[in-house]
Amino acid sequence: MQFRVSPLLAALFLMLTTGYAAAIDVRAAVIRVDYQSVLPISRYDLRPDDLGFAGAVLGDEDNGTTGSFLGHTYETRHVTTTPEEADAALDAILSDGVSLIIILADRDDLLRLTDKAQESSALVFNAGTADVDVRDTECRGNLLHTVPSHAMTADAVAQFAVWKKWTDWFLVAGSNPQDEALADAYRRAAVKFGADITVDRTFEDTGGSRRTDSGHVLVQRQLPVFTQDADDHDVVIAADDTDYFGRYLTYHLWTPRPVMGSAGLRPISMHGAHEAWGATQFQTRFEEATGRRVRPEDYNVWLALRVIGEAVTRANTAEAQGVRDYALSDAFELAAFKGQKVTFRKWNGQLRQPILLYDGAITVSVSPQEGFLHQNSPLDTLGLDEPETNCTAFN
Amino acid sequence: MKSLFIAASITALLASPALAGKAFISNERGNTITVVNTETWEVENEFFAGNRPRGITVSPDGSKIYVCASDDNLVRVFDANTYEELPSLPSGPDPELFIIEPSGKRLYIANEDDNLVTVTDTETRTVLAEVPVGVEPEGMGMSPDAKWVVNTSETTNMAHFISTEDYKIYHNVLVDQRPRYAQYTADGSRLFVTSEIGGTVSVMDIAEDGAPTVVGKISFEVPGVQPEWLQPVGAKVTSDGKRLFVALGPANRVAVVDAQSLDVLDYILVGQRVWQLDFTPDEKYLLTTNGNSNDITVIDVAKEEAVRSVQVGEQPWGVVTID
Repeated sequence: MQFRVSPLLAALFLMLTTGYAAAIDVRAAVIRVDYQSVLPISRYDLRPDDLGFAGAVLGDEDNGTTGSFLGHTYETRHVTTTPEEADAALDAILSDGVSLIIILADRDDLLRLTDKAQESSALVFNAGTADVDVRDTECRGNLLHTVPSHAMTADAVAQFAVWKKWTDWFLVAGSNPQDEALADAYRRAAVKFGADITVDRTFEDTGGSRRTDSGHVLVQRQLPVFTQDADDHDVVIAADDTDYFGRYLTYHLWTPRPVMGSAGLRPISMHGAHEAWGATQFQTRFEEATGRRVRPEDYNVWLALRVIGEAVTRANTAEAQGVRDYALSDAFELAAFKGQKVTFRKWNGQLRQPILLYDGAITVSVSPQEGFLHQNSPLDTLGLDEPETNCTAFN
Repeated sequence: MKSLFIAASITALLASPALAGKAFISNERGNTITVVNTETWEVENEFFAGNRPRGITVSPDGSKIYVCASDDNLVRVFDANTYEELPSLPSGPDPELFIIEPSGKRLYIANEDDNLVTVTDTETRTVLAEVPVGVEPEGMGMSPDAKWVVNTSETTNMAHFISTEDYKIYHNVLVDQRPRYAQYTADGSRLFVTSEIGGTVSVMDIAEDGAPTVVGKISFEVPGVQPEWLQPVGAKVTSDGKRLFVALGPANRVAVVDAQSLDVLDYILVGQRVWQLDFTPDEKYLLTTNGNSNDITVIDVAKEEAVRSVQVGEQPWGVVTID
């Protein structure tokens, strides 16, 4: 009896696994590490509770609709944690056999969690950290990045400024390490595209001048003084990654100039008013599924899930290694509502993509700008290009 | 006597447009339809067509113009001679493109926001069926025997083959990113599906029973144009099945393809952001809508050359012609 049943079972198993549209249940997880942080300058920038997870909701929905024609289902777990509890949270996910992990965390936590995931051969998507070194000297072979790096966003701003012939810059940097790292990206971008930083100043974070209790009164007196006696400049570039002064700059300068970077015209992966290239449909789907407008973090998570969805749909795999191999292969391409396909850089796992320049209401422009050429893809004029990479984990 | 003569010539003038062929162009941003005389290439009229008019087609008898008024969530209907608005048709939310069956009875509409194809009865003005399809349905093609409707879904990246008998999907074919348009050959043996972001046209041979087999993929290359901007959108094939014309969006060109060997023969420079195409009924001319230059380009089909352009409304999207 046993002997007669087994071959039948084996045959059935074979049919299920070798058929083109074999059933696959795709399980992924989004881990968001929440930090103690001061309030943003603008109430509009308050973090929604479902930040990032909302992108996963739409990602599962979009993938699931496609999957319904192929017998694929998608289920993504949402986990919020703290830096202290993040390791345990990841362990719990890995021990459940989930090996596709999207992480929204700061640099140090991201790297530690990625290394832990590597022990279980899991693949990690970075949807939150823009630090350049995690794509370069600190890159990891099991880490792909859907969030643009500071190098990409700084280059996006630099190209627009140079296209406008605003080549003399007043760089205002914050004093926190993250602000300094961002300022370095702008200094590098200036050299790369032929702009001059004629003034380079640091605005100290003294913990004051926040929006409540008439903070603006103080700012209105501080900033003109801080920005006076500057050499001639066409534009002010704000490097305020920690969001404590940038937004005040626009109308409080000594010399009236446009502001770009962390305030004024901001480089961003997606915003809720972006409509070109069919994005209207993305916005309406997102708003219907989540009840609010999209944030860049949501879009970065959605992108990661769509990458997974493409691998499942076209390469018939939901294994970490299979998804990674497909994402880095020549066959991979993804439509991302930015007018051209997005693909991964094979040398460091960064998703190459156009960067929107956003004034708070509309897409003012999109980089790469016209005329910035590249032998392979104009998108590789943004961020770290192959000849300059220090990443060896993808070799 | 003299006044009678003038009256007679005015009548003749007024009557002449009815004899000449006409092209109707939907202007997405202008919210209008522009009417162009296809003999004189003069603009004859421009009238309000609803909010965000995109897909446009004509009843088989040439008497009614149907247009997807995307932001009104309905299909607006106009008399093709008087341009008078007739009662609208229900379309489901955000209709973008549609196709009418040869009998003129049923209209198959892609609802871009709702992952549905809506089937509407043009006589009773009721919805007959809603067919769930992939994410962002867009392109709509119909087999010449009217047995199959092909819908393309832009984010799912599939061509869905829907039977017009029971409204069930029988085949799903994966194509490249953002499929935009599906076009059968007149004998029904071949189907072309354009992929805007993938930059390709998927070619399928169609069996007797309607089953598709992918047999090839057409790619494009224009010296001096970034490959990213070669984005296939609208497509039309000549009735003898020999030539395929493909609108290449921001590349501002229409590709001329040998529909049998699938070789790209030429690129015709047209207006900016070329979107949809339609032949004049005699197939002498191919008209292209150029969304960013607000005009249409007239291509001489036999010569495979652009012969003129005609300024129309704001952001022309779709075009349909009648005798």
